[in-house]
Amino acid sequence: MPSPSEAGLIRQGASVLAHAIAAGEVSAEEVTRAHLDRIAEVDDRVHAFLEVVGESALASAVEVDRARASGEQLGPLAGVPIAVKDVMAMRGVPTTCGSRILEGWRPPYDATVVERLRAAGVVILGKTNMDEFAMGSSTEHSAYGPTRNPWDLERIPGGSGGGSAAALASFEAPLAIGTDTGGSIRQPAAVTGTVGVKPTYGGVSRYGLVALASSLDQAGPCARSVIDAALLHSVIAGHDPRDSTSIDAPVPDVVAAARRADVRGLRIGLVRELTGDGYQAGVSQRFAEAVAILEGLGAQVVEVSCPHFDYALGAYYLILPAEASSNLARFDGMRYGLRVGDDGERSVEDVMSLTREAGFGAEVKRRIMIGTYALSSGYYDAYYGQAQKVRTLITRDFAAAFEQVDVLVSPTTPTTAFRIGEKVDDPLAMYLNDIATIPVNLAGNAAMSLPIGLAPEDGLPVGLQIMAPPMADDRLYLVGAALEAALLDRWGHLLIEEVPSL
Amino acid sequence: MTSPTAYDAAIAGFEPVIGLETHVELSTASKMFCSCSTEFGADANTQVCPVCLGLPGSLPVVNRAAVESTIRMGLALNCRIVPWCRFARKNYFYPDMPKDYQVSQYDEPLCIDGYLDVTVDTDDGPRQFRVEIERVHMEEDTGKLTHAGGATGRIHGADYSLVDYNRAGIPLIEIVTKPVVGTGTLAPLVAKAYVTELRDLMRALGVSDVRMEEGSLRCDVNVSLNRPGDPWGTRSETKNVNSLRSVERAVRSEIERQADVLSSGGRIVQETRHFHEDTGRSTSGRSKEQAEDYRYFPEPDLLPVAPDAAWIDELRATLPELPALKRARLQQEWGISERELQSIVNAGALEQVAAAVAGGVDPAAARKWWTGELHRIASDRDLELADVPVTPAQIARVESLVASGSLNDKLARQVFEGIANGEGDVDGIVAARGLAVVSDDSALLEAIDEALAAQPDVAEKIRGGKVQAAGAIVGAVMKATRGQADAAKVRELLLGRLGVSE
Repeated sequence: MPSPSEAGLIRQGASVLAHAIAAGEVSAEEVTRAHLDRIAEVDDRVHAFLEVVGESALASAVEVDRARASGEQLGPLAGVPIAVKDVMAMRGVPTTCGSRILEGWRPPYDATVVERLRAAGVVILGKTNMDEFAMGSSTEHSAYGPTRNPWDLERIPGGSGGGSAAALASFEAPLAIGTDTGGSIRQPAAVTGTVGVKPTYGGVSRYGLVALASSLDQAGPCARSVIDAALLHSVIAGHDPRDSTSIDAPVPDVVAAARRADVRGLRIGLVRELTGDGYQAGVSQRFAEAVAILEGLGAQVVEVSCPHFDYALGAYYLILPAEASSNLARFDGMRYGLRVGDDGERSVEDVMSLTREAGFGAEVKRRIMIGTYALSSGYYDAYYGQAQKVRTLITRDFAAAFEQVDVLVSPTTPTTAFRIGEKVDDPLAMYLNDIATIPVNLAGNAAMSLPIGLAPEDGLPVGLQIMAPPMADDRLYLVGAALEAALLDRWGHLLIEEVPSL
Repeated sequence: MTSPTAYDAAIAGFEPVIGLETHVELSTASKMFCSCSTEFGADANTQVCPVCLGLPGSLPVVNRAAVESTIRMGLALNCRIVPWCRFARKNYFYPDMPKDYQVSQYDEPLCIDGYLDVTVDTDDGPRQFRVEIERVHMEEDTGKLTHAGGATGRIHGADYSLVDYNRAGIPLIEIVTKPVVGTGTLAPLVAKAYVTELRDLMRALGVSDVRMEEGSLRCDVNVSLNRPGDPWGTRSETKNVNSLRSVERAVRSEIERQADVLSSGGRIVQETRHFHEDTGRSTSGRSKEQAEDYRYFPEPDLLPVAPDAAWIDELRATLPELPALKRARLQQEWGISERELQSIVNAGALEQVAAAVAGGVDPAAARKWWTGELHRIASDRDLELADVPVTPAQIARVESLVASGSLNDKLARQVFEGIANGEGDVDGIVAARGLAVVSDDSALLEAIDEALAAQPDVAEKIRGGKVQAAGAIVGAVMKATRGQADAAKVRELLLGRLGVSE
């Protein structure tokens, strides 16, 4: 393995950097400095970060170097920088969730994911931009301005985790943390030519993840290669007694699966409901080619039907707003963050209303109102109750499919990255970006998006989604790594190497 | 003050139906969903953490000990423990709610369909009523608001309000009765007896120490009236009823109020009312039309509670002797009648009498003091009986002084007054107050001679054989010695002096 030159540090993957740091070829401090320099150089154009914590990042890096010098055993990602989505609580660091209403709030505690990153010696560079409270598919709904797609700065980087994906694609960080409620890791990965994984629900602790929809939210790894995602996955996953919904079982060995990268004899299902009309021609073309590659590698490909997926979007847009309307109630201006209208005369109720009026953006208000309505007395059964039944049916569709096949595949998104402003005033068009990713959140199983080429018509990245049964996250890596290796053979490099220089 | 005639008139025309919802703080070491202490009386907002403050990203974890206490309470109330139930969110905005929702149980309570038998004293002897229990469920307490300034002590009109979140997240159980019918004029007493029995049950189980002065037991009282033979009337719910005495007063005053409205041709509106301890009356609160829609839905951050049968059996085996059985046993051991036992129970003195007997006091004497003098001291000073600072050892000492003739009952009363005032121990108070019975014969004979000289005609009657006239002389002697003489001794000396015998 060639040792990375200092200028080339930012283009290296996490596993390569970790090896070089562990071998003493480069210090963690140098690696961190290179990335901080890169952020300083390009982030005014990309706007991936809401907050950069340079000093604490360098201090963490120095600590890794000290540990190495004193002969301590380093973890597999020690000294590697990471960007963390601004939805994760981090002690003393502003955590806004992309919202005005949390402006100025500095959590007094670390999310479990953040704790685990620190314990593994991963160096946190800062907090990344996102759609407000993770509601959106473009990062245009951030109160702090949109993030831009490094492939084309006039286009969206996906959302809600557009900041994390853009940080990877602009070489500001080799790793990132995302969260995925309906596709917020996978859709940004697809449109930025990066890799993103939504682990099995309960696979990664939600403690410290500011909730959008508690029964759907899941944090996961974002990287530029499958092996890097696997290494990060294994650092952050595992049971947490502080999250009752976290699964108390061993984490599937995702790193071994990524190294094995073998699909021979594997049964792969194409989901009939997630193809066809509505998918951009170049997306469908690249998807078909990727499936053919998998078949060529020895996988057995069949078509399966998941008939209730057609109802997933409708159910999702009842369950999510319902939970969100309750989760976001606490942002009332009483204890932290924004407070508006407290002139000493106005009532508590008025101050709460004025604060929420000023602090939440239009999309957040839209979903709070939909959710409040869906839970109202007299409407609960017709909306929330029915949506939960659909959820059960979708879970059964998955279970039935996984009796026939080991994994399912689909395009991650119907289209490549669209232009900033193109869909921001059309909520339904925006919601349709997540049509292929939402069923997995409803059912709670695991999925990955990885890049499979550029759409011929616009030269923008296309992502393929792999879906595995609950707690079979390792299969995502087995298939993803095999496909990635075959594409690497074909192209001689990862797709991300084709991103234009900024 | 309540006039008995108004109540009698109300009951003559109407039949009451009552129902009670009782909230009790459990005496677990830590809170319902986090590990913060539940100790009462700490400085404001010192027993808090991200979870009970509802900070963004924090998650609840169910306190197993609280579930255990609830199951034991359910078993003691003859309830069925359900094999599977969930928590729900009750959504409403209020500054005492850190999350602006309360985690509670809604349509899936842990314990259902039980009963509690209570006994009420009537002119025809003790009468038993069966109060059916609808449900017992778990929830978290809210923070405590203190409103400064303003006339009402309520949030509206206050200059500012302070909130203490130490109480937020304290485990509560709520015990809800089914409608209690057929109590007639005894309704207020049945309500009080029920809450008393609940309190005793919880203390016996050790699930709560039920400190009413700390607000650890709070009742909502439902009352409706109907004319005999008519369907049930519209009910009101009186909140904020926080002492045993108030439970009785609240039912009584609400029966009077409703009867008054109905008798003058009015209608009862379904509403919540606020009880005022100072006046014993309630004022109108929120009507049904203004009632909030709490938008309950299953709490997605918690797993269902599914106690297995073996655990329930294990808990059943830990139940101590329950109060009703204990009373029957004590009645037998003490050799007293049911009525005498009931007088102890009505005085709320069972635990005190039992403790005194265990401390070596004769059961009759223990009953006499605790239902008599000590009970009077408690009501004079507005204390719970448990807070009268008289120990079994002190009662035993007083009794032995009475038995040896150095104290009489009247002097013993003064000793107990002294103890309640904090004047010290029995012998110290006897010495300091100079309470010894005058047993010096010469001093008594001197007093007798004076009395005889003052009432020569009475002396003559006695000499003539009218022994019953001796009372007047004995009384005069007792008065002259300020009660410090033993009346029997005076009588004996008097008769000897006059040379007559009984």
